[in-house]
Amino acid sequence: MSDSIESPAKKIASRRNFLKSGLALGGAAAAGTIAAAAGDPDILEKKDWNQYPGDGVDVRPYGAPSEFEAHVKRKNVPWLTADPISSVNFTPLHDLDGIITPNGLCFERHHSGIAEINPAEHRLMINGLVDKEMVFTMEDLLRFPRKNQVNFLECAANSGMEWRGAQLNGCQFTHGMIHNVMYTGVPLRTILEEAGIKGTAKWLLPEGADASGMTRSIPIEKALDDCLVAWKMNGEALRPEQGYPLRLVVPGWEGNMWVKWLRRIELGDKPWHHREETSKYTDLMANGKARRFTWEMDVKSVITNPSPQATLKHKKGFTVLTGVAWSGRGTVNRVDVSIDGGKNWQQARIDGPSLNKSMHRFYYEFDWDGSELLLQSRAIDSEGFVQPTKDALRAVRGTNSIYHNNSIQTWHVKKDGSIENVEVS
Amino acid sequence: MLKFPKAVAIAVAASLLCGSAIAGKYNLGREALKEEVAAWDIDVRPDGQGLPEGQGTVAQGEEIWAEKCAACHGDFGEGVDRWPVIAGGVDTLAGDDPVKTVGSYWPYLSTVWDYVNRAMPFSEARSLEPDEVYALTAYILYINDLVDDEDYELSKKNFLEKPLPNEANFIEDDRLESPVFKVAEPCMKDCKADVKITGRARILDVTPETDDD
Repeated sequence: MSDSIESPAKKIASRRNFLKSGLALGGAAAAGTIAAAAGDPDILEKKDWNQYPGDGVDVRPYGAPSEFEAHVKRKNVPWLTADPISSVNFTPLHDLDGIITPNGLCFERHHSGIAEINPAEHRLMINGLVDKEMVFTMEDLLRFPRKNQVNFLECAANSGMEWRGAQLNGCQFTHGMIHNVMYTGVPLRTILEEAGIKGTAKWLLPEGADASGMTRSIPIEKALDDCLVAWKMNGEALRPEQGYPLRLVVPGWEGNMWVKWLRRIELGDKPWHHREETSKYTDLMANGKARRFTWEMDVKSVITNPSPQATLKHKKGFTVLTGVAWSGRGTVNRVDVSIDGGKNWQQARIDGPSLNKSMHRFYYEFDWDGSELLLQSRAIDSEGFVQPTKDALRAVRGTNSIYHNNSIQTWHVKKDGSIENVEVS
Repeated sequence: MLKFPKAVAIAVAASLLCGSAIAGKYNLGREALKEEVAAWDIDVRPDGQGLPEGQGTVAQGEEIWAEKCAACHGDFGEGVDRWPVIAGGVDTLAGDDPVKTVGSYWPYLSTVWDYVNRAMPFSEARSLEPDEVYALTAYILYINDLVDDEDYELSKKNFLEKPLPNEANFIEDDRLESPVFKVAEPCMKDCKADVKITGRARILDVTPETDDD
């Protein structure tokens, strides 16, 4: 039963150990603490890497993860969408730690595939209600004063498959439409002021250069507050799948608004009500009415380890529980953890930077007695908003909303250490 | 409508007032030519701003639909596989299986025109002439029973005469008025007497298998 959710890492590691050492180690023993009676062959025997030189510099001019980390990757859920060209995959949250998402693991959401753009041929146009309609090359943009900020990007549909009940086994699938990245770029405000904002301008329409021509309406207050026109992520150029060479950063607001391959921004006096803010990204309520312009991503957290893809192999003893928390309305003040399904809560330890509209990392260490656990986390943000239970959220939203599901997740840890996505009373 | 702190609102107002005064501070970029703006500025709004001259009939739209749209969306907009359903779904929005189509859900016809023009057909975006987009938009009205005459012609001139039926059912974001977001000190001890598992992912078994080893 636990085979299908066993960590592939352990399988690979154990097979390689077996092959290389030539000793008949059991898979489970290889992965855990080695009995000292006969001496650990990984200590007693010489290893290849301990005797023979490895690759020199420049063999890997752009480095890649160890071959033993090959299981760490984005994955999609094929039945979700009609075609991978217009689809989504998921960040492997259970394989990560700290707060920064590596560039190659940031989930992808494309509406017409990845645009492969030569930056020399890329332009940013500002038009509409400005004093001077303008065109900028990438070289122009790099001459503006720069700003760095770390922000999470969460798809509004993250956890959207869980509205009607527990469905997907793994935080990669239930919560993996999120990443947290340090962006370098120029404040959108600086570019708009270079063109001169007319007093009648109330809304912006950023547009992508890809074949979907992605557009969203953004109120000018947000554009002037903290939006960034970015070309670097985590220090290097944006990845093609994240909008190379230019994307809009809209901190705390739903990921769909962070237009990739950004090529034009129009200023106008009214919203455009385009496809992605009418037929999609509107939240259908139980009474048939639909909320629109639900931009902020509410306070949310999830335990990433242990979780269905990262099981508890050690049976009992000292156990590190960790997870991530975030809020589109500010920072995360506190994360509480329950191991008994929400009967009792303990305050977790937030470690690492606590930045505005950024992921926070939390830890809760405990001595597992080997009995069944129901793990939950509950985040509270700097505005005082508290992450709701699933039932509380459904009571006010119904189950047809698709978007903005920020409710508390429960993982059921069984005695054998396997873990399942469940719902509790 | 927007809920921004007053201080931000004042700062924004101030920036709007002095925005023009500091335009061109860095002397970067150049003025866009009219033909450049025209080449990229294709967006259309509910009030008709952005619509080009043109017209097309339901019958004309039906021919284009059969050739370029029906493979994914079905002959009558019923949708093939998981591709979007375009027609039908009326009176389903408050039920267990809402079907969100142009006729049942979309608030504005301009959105159809804009989206078809900018992104359709899938894999050949921006290949349609304005008259073809008017014709397809007219056909989409037809398969949603919003016009009943195959000779009906949609044009820039009469575009605003066709509001979509669900427009009034869209409301602004009022999440903060929901009880779940009210600020309260959450319970820490003995918060409930009993905990039962009420649902399991394993029952559905729809998680993708690992493809490693």
